[in-house]
Amino acid sequence: MIEVHGEAWTLKEFFTYPNEYIYWSIQIVMYPFMTGLVAGAFVLSSLYHVFGVKQLKNIARFSLVFSFALLPVAMMPLMLHLQQPLRGIHVMMTPHFTSAIAAFGIVFSTYGMIVASELWFVYRPHFVATALELKGNSQRGLIDSFRYLLFSALTLGSYDVSEDALEKDEKAVGFLAGLGIPVACFLHGYAGFIFGSVKANALWMTPLMPVIFICSAVVSGIALCIITYIVTMEIRKLLSRRKGKASGLPSYEELRSAEIEEVKLTSKYLVMFLIAAITLELLDLIFRGYTAVKSWDILREVIYQKDFYKIFVMQYGMGNLLPFILFKLPGLTVRRAGLGACLMLFGVFMMRWNVVIGGQAFSSSFAGFMEYVLPIIPHNIETAKEGLVGAVAVIITPYVLFYFINKVMPVFKYKGAH
Amino acid sequence: MDRRDFLKQTITIVAGAAIPATALEFVNPRTLFAAHGSDVKWVFLADTQKCVGCGFCVKACKLENEVPYDANVSRTWVERYVICKDGKMRVEGNMANPGFGINADSPKGGRDGFTTPKIDIGEGKLVEIKEEDISKAFFVPKLCNQCDNPPCVQVCPVGATYKTGDGVVLVDRSWCIGCGYCVMGCPYGVRFFHPIYKVAEKCNFCYHRITKGLKTACVQSCPFGARQIGNLKDPNDPVTRTVMTGRVGILKSEYGTKPQVYYLALDREVR
Repeated sequence: MIEVHGEAWTLKEFFTYPNEYIYWSIQIVMYPFMTGLVAGAFVLSSLYHVFGVKQLKNIARFSLVFSFALLPVAMMPLMLHLQQPLRGIHVMMTPHFTSAIAAFGIVFSTYGMIVASELWFVYRPHFVATALELKGNSQRGLIDSFRYLLFSALTLGSYDVSEDALEKDEKAVGFLAGLGIPVACFLHGYAGFIFGSVKANALWMTPLMPVIFICSAVVSGIALCIITYIVTMEIRKLLSRRKGKASGLPSYEELRSAEIEEVKLTSKYLVMFLIAAITLELLDLIFRGYTAVKSWDILREVIYQKDFYKIFVMQYGMGNLLPFILFKLPGLTVRRAGLGACLMLFGVFMMRWNVVIGGQAFSSSFAGFMEYVLPIIPHNIETAKEGLVGAVAVIITPYVLFYFINKVMPVFKYKGAH
Repeated sequence: MDRRDFLKQTITIVAGAAIPATALEFVNPRTLFAAHGSDVKWVFLADTQKCVGCGFCVKACKLENEVPYDANVSRTWVERYVICKDGKMRVEGNMANPGFGINADSPKGGRDGFTTPKIDIGEGKLVEIKEEDISKAFFVPKLCNQCDNPPCVQVCPVGATYKTGDGVVLVDRSWCIGCGYCVMGCPYGVRFFHPIYKVAEKCNFCYHRITKGLKTACVQSCPFGARQIGNLKDPNDPVTRTVMTGRVGILKSEYGTKPQVYYLALDREVR
């Protein structure tokens, strides 16, 4: 028998239309999750560049580079989700502008260009210095020759690193970071609009969706930056302790105090955005219950019965309330902050899950349910792409990219002006 | 230059400039076509009181439109509703009462008819309803509503699905990227992915047949005349006469989609 798309992971209960399946599966959960991380990481870096929150200097550069590494990954889930991935480019080439998805190409590439140019201004002195250093080396090996080519290309022919030029760079960075905030918010708010504007879906359709998405995006972006920052700092602390001065790193104590300072401050912003996100989500829920339109009977069944554990225990409980307490208890330690950030990241992931999968947990007939069974061991390409394997691939990729980007734009060793 | 020459040359220049100015306006074939106008608007009429749930329409549709016969998707389907006297839903023998519930099913889209009085509640589970509990039961044929304000066309990011001048929504199989946004956007659940072509698929009123003067496969195969197709712009068309003078209902008007499939004797319980 020929299997229909969605049949492999959909369980149907009571009265559903024959063609209904969970068509938007794990990759569509990953898509807003990943774009949320991109937008959030960028907003965090802008706090330093635009609003001059000086203490965030280290984490700002880090989150900017990480946001760049995450950028191509925001597109990956879409490609894995499309039934015709080779035609994905049509969205850019022949956009049909009444569709919310059609703007994706424009918004996404605008944002990508802003992040890339900001990075270029931040790292220009480094490109110039490295290119000049390699130029002076007359006995370059194969790798160094390649590096020379790469870095001299990256300078774009601009070798001026005078005080004056650097000052201009700094101005450009400030401008781009400022411009980037609305664009990052738009990128993600727009992902929320894709869902919020589907009038056929009772759970998705709310004008609050874009704003909820932005707030939770910033939460997840900051949480991820905290986690990754802690991990890299721990590695550096370990290196510093083991190798001592020879490692060329600051001393163990210096690293330690810097780490906790940054984490403490960043977590304040994290909690702020968390409160905003939760307020809006609860407002939405209360409003739905109070107005109780036609769809409320089935939504109530999904929210308070079928998905109760996923929404109230995993998302609000473990993902929001618990980390909120962890961050707010006095005497915040790095370990506690790390745990809290992990839980928050999980909470935002569950929020995406409960929106995307939860929105398909009931039939348009309002008289039946559908359940998504995540394919763990794939038995064909479809269950690999839209199952655990695909999701894990999407999670790992930004770290792989970050490793390579870090070789070109070192996040920690570089002592630039910014 | 005297006044006569000046006027002469001015007229020449103005007249000369006017020609290229009109040439600058591009001729849009769609505008031309619209000016001419289509004298056809396809609409569908389903009489639920005539439908007996035999499933011939579903069979015919699958064969005509090359939707794999055994695949669990269909361009058209038939729903069965069994309304109980207490208005409640029966779940696996005992009386559970989810307020949203309704006893309805459409196993295999109703392709093989409804041969058992038991209601299919999904995943192969059947539930029996006592005859004395039933207040009414009926069948409802479903197909694409060819909406006048189609959400599926609005949300397609590449314009692969579009509405023709004669009122039918079509899918371009060579251009669809398979994102599923149209599937999500349709409140009637008529869209799905074609298991072989891997693109969005839906009922198109058998466009290849109706444009050649034939009836749709489902209309042709219905032994009871429960399904009819007609041209709303022809006042003498029997379907048009019924739509204009009879009391017809549409599905889910609250979405503002302006469906073009009309129902006779549409029950309030129909989803």
